[in-house]
Amino acid sequence: MSSGEKYVAAAYGVVFLVVLAYVVIIAAKLARLERETAELAELARARSAPSTSNG
Amino acid sequence: MSTSYPNRPARGGRLPALAAVTALLVGLAIVFAFFVAPEDADQGISQRIFYFHVPIALTAYACFGWAAFKALLLLWRKEERYDLESYVAVHQGTIFGALTLATGSIWAKASWGHWWLWSENQLVLFLVLFLFYSAYFMLRFSIEEGPRRANISAVYALFGVVLVPVSFLAIRLAENVIHPTVFTRDGPQMTGTMFLAFCVAWVAITLLAYTLYRVELAGKRLDANLRELREALTT
Repeated sequence: MSSGEKYVAAAYGVVFLVVLAYVVIIAAKLARLERETAELAELARARSAPSTSNG
Repeated sequence: MSTSYPNRPARGGRLPALAAVTALLVGLAIVFAFFVAPEDADQGISQRIFYFHVPIALTAYACFGWAAFKALLLLWRKEERYDLESYVAVHQGTIFGALTLATGSIWAKASWGHWWLWSENQLVLFLVLFLFYSAYFMLRFSIEEGPRRANISAVYALFGVVLVPVSFLAIRLAENVIHPTVFTRDGPQMTGTMFLAFCVAWVAITLLAYTLYRVELAGKRLDANLRELREALTT
């Protein structure tokens, strides 16, 4: 591999790594939001449970 | 202005299709850059960095312009959604700005033998633009969430966009030009195939930025809506 080829690989590699890191961060955030949604659904079920049993 | 996003759905229905088209176009841009465009007689293979470096720089400018436009809408219409949209656009612009500096620096080392030249006004001006928008986040997160933060952030984003034409024109107006000027008044200084490869890469990178913008925006809106829901359920 010539030095020119190494620089081209490095430039495109940097772009690829930054986009990959961005996708990983977004995926981690999505996982957190999924957990929070499940917690809130649980909370909503718990709140509605007494009223359902009374009614 | 409220600090939440009432009744604003986190729109993400078309995102998978958009992401798929973006991935295809980026792949096509790589094929064009490496297998369709001919090798530059002067710079050799290192010129192929151009096909991503220039579209990334143009996309960074576009993101900062978009952020300023959204900031203007916020100050004009006082709708808080524009604050989030402006912030996400600045975030995207900063990411693409960092990529411009990184790929440009690698290309400079390959072509000129230097990673960076402080004597080159156009390089320093782009760095100033990048640092200006990096400081946006320090300013934004040093102020408590609310209308005041939104307004100050919007004014800052509007001021910053003035640097975009300065940075863009500096490449053309600089006296000691090492940085190449490919697009002149006589048109693009490259062959038809090279220009086609550049156009494909430009569309691909712009679409990539738009997809990332939409993904981040959808995530942040979902986050805000969930926060609101949690407050409603726990009070």
